[in-house]
Amino acid sequence: MAEEQMFGDMQFDVLREIGNIGSGHAATALAKMLDMKIDIKVPQAVVCDFNYLVQMVGGEERLVIGILLQLSDDVEGMMMYIMDLPSAYALLKRLMFSDLKEEDRLSEMHMSALQEIGNIITGAYLSSLSDLTRLKINASVPYLSIDMAAAILSVPAIEFGKLGDKAVMIETEFDLDETQELNGYFLLIPTMDSYSKIMTSLGL
Amino acid sequence: MGKMIKIGMADLSVCLPPDNITTLGLGSCIGCVLYDPVSKVSGMVHVMLPDSTKIRNNENIAKFADTGVQALYDKVIEAGATKSRLIAKIAGGAQMFAFNTDNEMLRVGERNAEGVVNKLNELKIPIKSRDTGGHLGRTIEFYPETGDLLIKSVGVQPYTI
Repeated sequence: MAEEQMFGDMQFDVLREIGNIGSGHAATALAKMLDMKIDIKVPQAVVCDFNYLVQMVGGEERLVIGILLQLSDDVEGMMMYIMDLPSAYALLKRLMFSDLKEEDRLSEMHMSALQEIGNIITGAYLSSLSDLTRLKINASVPYLSIDMAAAILSVPAIEFGKLGDKAVMIETEFDLDETQELNGYFLLIPTMDSYSKIMTSLGL
Repeated sequence: MGKMIKIGMADLSVCLPPDNITTLGLGSCIGCVLYDPVSKVSGMVHVMLPDSTKIRNNENIAKFADTGVQALYDKVIEAGATKSRLIAKIAGGAQMFAFNTDNEMLRVGERNAEGVVNKLNELKIPIKSRDTGGHLGRTIEFYPETGDLLIKSVGVQPYTI
């Protein structure tokens, strides 16, 4: 399948719309969990090659948190949510009422809280995808890794790499309040078969 | 002082002293250096997948272990390296997620390392040193003048192989 066919204007709009709805759901879920108001900005969807993807997230060696889920059932593949460290620390501070500083190491407890946050955010995205396509999507437990952006992104990039040289990424921004923005990025990496299935279900 | 040549994912380049060559944030990908210690002609490739024959969309030769190592080999020979003196150093192939899994999708790092090693064996290039596997990303820098491959990971003292 040629890339142009894979990501035509229509497909692109649909992916962005799914991102839009998913982000809305994710913000609602986060707001409930943190018991506060959360604003979202309109998500940006971009189609770009791997190396640009890494630049968007802040450069190869920028430390980021990656949360990865494996998808099974009607849609197979993986889904990744990437968050920068300041956003993660801000979330943890509010969630656990702890006085966490940038230089502090994250404990097991922090890690599992982040996994849970990742689970909620990706779950919201996946359920909107599932609703729109009427496809059954089953997600694995979330896997978490904190490392250099390029290293984290190599995992989805390799999966995308089997299909072509480009990936679709959705950038989301939640505002906790005037001072704190939460920057995150979604990557949906369906297998070739699942990709066709998604597009067919959407009538594309 | 030479410059530091930077290669990205699915990318390769030849490097001659005084220049040095690097690739940043290797995860499950493999960085492979070919090096002639006498002429100091060297090069690096950053491959993402083990085998181009299993993938339909395989025009980007630097993406695959088999075609990428071959292309780098051709380039360093063309740049003046002597075949019988060539040695290789490889790094990367980490498993970034899910530390205990037999899921194929998440074990791609291991298979990438195998792919590169197989190709090097086929070309009869000895592997001088390797640092593959584990769970950490790596930034690697190669210095043709000394033949050192410097490896940096988060939270670890940089080391040389």
